[in-house]
Formats: sequence, structure tokens, C-alpha cells
Amino acid sequence: MSASPASPARVAAPLPNRGGVGLKPDHVEQILAERPDLGFFEIHAENYMGDGGPAHRRLEAIRARYPLSLHGVGLSIGSPRPLDKRHLERLAALARRYEPGMFSEHLAWSSHDQGFLNDLLPLPYTEETLATVSDHIDQTQEALGRRMLLENPSTYLLFEESTISETDFLAEIARRTGCGLLLDVNNVIVSATNHGFDAIAYLDAYPLRHVEEIHLAGYAETQDDAGRPLLIDAHDSPVRDGVWALYAETIRRLGPTPTLIEWDNDAPAWPVLLAEARRAERTMARILAACEEKALRHAV
Amino acid sequence: MPFEATIDAFARALGDPARPAPPQTWGREGRPDARRFAVYRNNVAVGLIGAIEARYPVARRLVGEEFFRAMARAFIAEEKPRSPVLIHYGDNFPDFVAGFEPARGIAYLADVARLENAWVEAYHAAEAPALALAALAEIDPEDFGALRFSPHPAARLLRFAHPAASIWAAHQGEGEPHPPEDWRAEEALVARPEADVRVRILPPGGFEFAEALLAGAALAEAAEKSAGDGFDPGAHVVGLVEAGAFQSLR
Repeated sequence: MSASPASPARVAAPLPNRGGVGLKPDHVEQILAERPDLGFFEIHAENYMGDGGPAHRRLEAIRARYPLSLHGVGLSIGSPRPLDKRHLERLAALARRYEPGMFSEHLAWSSHDQGFLNDLLPLPYTEETLATVSDHIDQTQEALGRRMLLENPSTYLLFEESTISETDFLAEIARRTGCGLLLDVNNVIVSATNHGFDAIAYLDAYPLRHVEEIHLAGYAETQDDAGRPLLIDAHDSPVRDGVWALYAETIRRLGPTPTLIEWDNDAPAWPVLLAEARRAERTMARILAACEEKALRHAV
Repeated sequence: MPFEATIDAFARALGDPARPAPPQTWGREGRPDARRFAVYRNNVAVGLIGAIEARYPVARRLVGEEFFRAMARAFIAEEKPRSPVLIHYGDNFPDFVAGFEPARGIAYLADVARLENAWVEAYHAAEAPALALAALAEIDPEDFGALRFSPHPAARLLRFAHPAASIWAAHQGEGEPHPPEDWRAEEALVARPEADVRVRILPPGGFEFAEALLAGAALAEAAEKSAGDGFDPGAHVVGLVEAGAFQSLR
């Protein structure tokens, strides 16, 4: 009736090369009733840091049936300040409890002297920040006893002092720490538009061999002081066509990869969210089939 | 340490809308861009206001979206989250509401907010089996007066100056809420014996009785606190057990 058994029967942990979605409390009842064929669910770790209650009951039920990706939004890895040890302990406890197939966090900071600032804030890319972020990732991987993935940010401004490109920065972090990368394709489109670079060139420079998960999401549109388009990583709408196109190109280079639909704000009815994940799976299947056909033609 | 200095400047500008975008940040023109920096300020505000709105849905309904949003905006300007675990953020919002001058005319608003906060705390409280009524049936009636109980981790007692629990209950679901017929100060127990949080309005004398039992007093001692007016400790302890106030007998 209350706490779950110590070792509940669960499906295997690793995320399959399929589509997944962010878990929304309002969808759980329907998911458990219909048991849709879906690759995995992802949760924001901080939403499950209460002691008990319905949130944990729902998550236990989901985890029994689906692989889980644990995605942190509050560790503040990109901060000059030391990591919050209590928060690391909370993350490690969640990882022990739910045995996620993956843990990921952001190349961003979110806590400072004022407390928790509740956004994924940008940092300059320099030798100094590279050393700090690498230390923080070492510490996180040690605390969790597992490799983590680091996600590329969406940014709205750049820093005068930056001396390293974002792609080189991520590649060097992966090299120094052994962490994997989470490629957020929407963030690439958002940052490319906001800073006026070519998304394909970013992909060319990005260390794709380290990517173990992909995020897709919808963005919102506004303008900067100069009247140029400014995209906002809003997670409040369907994935846009340009993001789907860059996703297809990414899969062409990378092969099938666990792909998450992030739709956290104004979340739609369950079938709409599921359809987005299905579209990612169709895209992977289409590209895989095209590659196999091409390989076959070469063989003949 | 330019990193530290840059992040300090960023954080200061984020927290003070009167400050310009930090000089270390650039838009595409190679200089600070106010609208770009405003995206971060807006993200912070929207996220924190959203957390308060989600925690206090009935208070929001009582005063309307616009008023509530203004009140939440004033709150987040004063109270930043101390932890990245936002499920605890806004637990002191009821105190803020009580002192919020524009809400002075809605005297019961802070009480309703206190109930909503207790509801969220109970929702996230640790799992524990609740004491079953059957356990009482096994006790010799001679020994009832000496019974002591361990509180359930989700149990919260609240005392209001207004019929806050009735107002809260009238605003559950979709229907048009009606004001309580009996406008009296209420006391309530919030508990979560199983998956669902329950709110129980206590009978007169019930607060002191429950408070004493939850603090570890023996049943006979607790009954003394509520003596008079035909208070029936037997019936009320059954009510508290049914509501999920206790985890076990001690």
C-alpha cells in the first residue's frame, strides 16, 4: 500500500534508439492504461526531490514499464562557485532509486549568491571556465558513480571575453572528463538564429561521436534591440520544420539515437505529444532505410 | 578571476530591472542588448510566478488572475528560491499575503493560502502506512486512556480565523462556488493516509485534542484539553484515525 518494494520488477535501464517524451503528471493515468509503445520517458530530477507521495508513486509505475532518463535543471555546473553537495546527494539518491538509463545536465549556471535563479544562464567560453566546468563534471560523475551527458545551451547573448567556440568547448570537456553529450537540436537552431551562424556549420564542428541523446522542442519568436529575429527556447509548442530538418541531418550523420520531445509548458493532450515522438521515430526509420538502400546499391 | 566577476555582474543585473544589460554581454552588434538580456529576466520571473500560481490555485481563483499575478510578482521580487528544488518554493507565501496591503480587504485569503501550502506539503511528505481503525479494535477499552500515537508524516493541523477550509472545498472542481453558510473560524487536519491528500474540518474542541495527540499526549490527557460541550473523545479519535492523522500506536 505505501512504499514500493526494495527491488521492484523493472524493464532494463538503457535508453533505446527510439523516441521518448517528458513525463507530465496529467498524462500518467492514460499512459498506464494504454501502455503505448514508446522508447523512454524523461523527468526533471528536481521535480522528484520530495520525500514521497503521488509523484513518486507515478514515477515508480512508469519506471517499471519504461526506461527513464534523469535530466537535471538545477545543478549549476557552469557556475564559478562550488557545486552544491546536498544537491549532488539528492541527485545520487534519485539515480539509485530509479536506476535511470541516463543522467544529463546543462552547460549553464542557475545558482549564485542570491540563491537559485531558476533559469539556465549562459557562461563565457575560456580556459578558465573550461577548467571549472570540467572539475564540476568530474565531481558530478564521481558523486553519481556514472557517466553523465552535457547539453549544449540555447543562448540569447554572447560574452566579450569568450575565446573558445561552443563546439570546441564541448569537445574539450568530453575529452577531459569522459562525459557524453546531449545534442539539443532546437538549441542549435535557436542559437544559430540568435547569433547569426550556420546551423550546419555548427553540426560540422560539433563532436558528434560523443552524442548519446538528442532533444527536440518548440521555440517562440521575438526581436532584439536591432530588430533582428530572436528565438526563445520555450518548450511550449510543436517542433518546428527547420528543427526537424536539422534533426534528420543529425541522424544521417549519427545513426539512430534516443530522441526526446520536450514540451514542458502548455503541455498538449497525450496523443499530441505521443505523435511528436512517433514522428521522430519515423524520421529515424526513414533515414536508416535510405542508408541501407544506399549501402545495398554500393554492394551490388 | 574574470569568470567570477562576469557571473556576479550578470546575476546583479538579473535581479535588478533598473540595471542595464551587463557590459560583458553582447548581442550581434558587439554591444549589450537590452531585449536579449530581458529574455533571461523574463524567464526567471515567468518560472517563479508559475510556481506560485501552481501552488495556490484557489487563492488565484479567489482574487482573479491579474491580481494574483501582481501579488506573486511582488512576492518573487522579495523572496528568491534558496534551493533548486522548487517544490518547496513559496511555502512562506501565505505570510506574505497576510501582509500584502492591496489584499487587506480579503481577510480569508491568507488562511486559504495556508491550507493550500499544507496541502502541497502533505502531497510531497514521506510515505508511511496510516494507522488502521482495526488496530483500535484490538485494544481493551480499559486501556484506551493510556493510548499514545505517532503522527503520520503528512499530517498538518491548521487553525483559521475564517471558514478557510469550507471556502477551499467550495473551489474544488468546476462548479460555481457558493460562500459557506456558516461563517465561522475553522480548524482543519490535512493528511495523506494513502495516495490522496484529504482535508478534514475539525469539530469544536477538535484542534486542541488532535494537537495534543499529535504531540504524543495520552488519549486521556488529550481528552481533558477538549473537555466540555459534550465533546466525545472516542468518536473524535476514530475520526482522526480515519482521516490518516497517525502512523502507529506508540
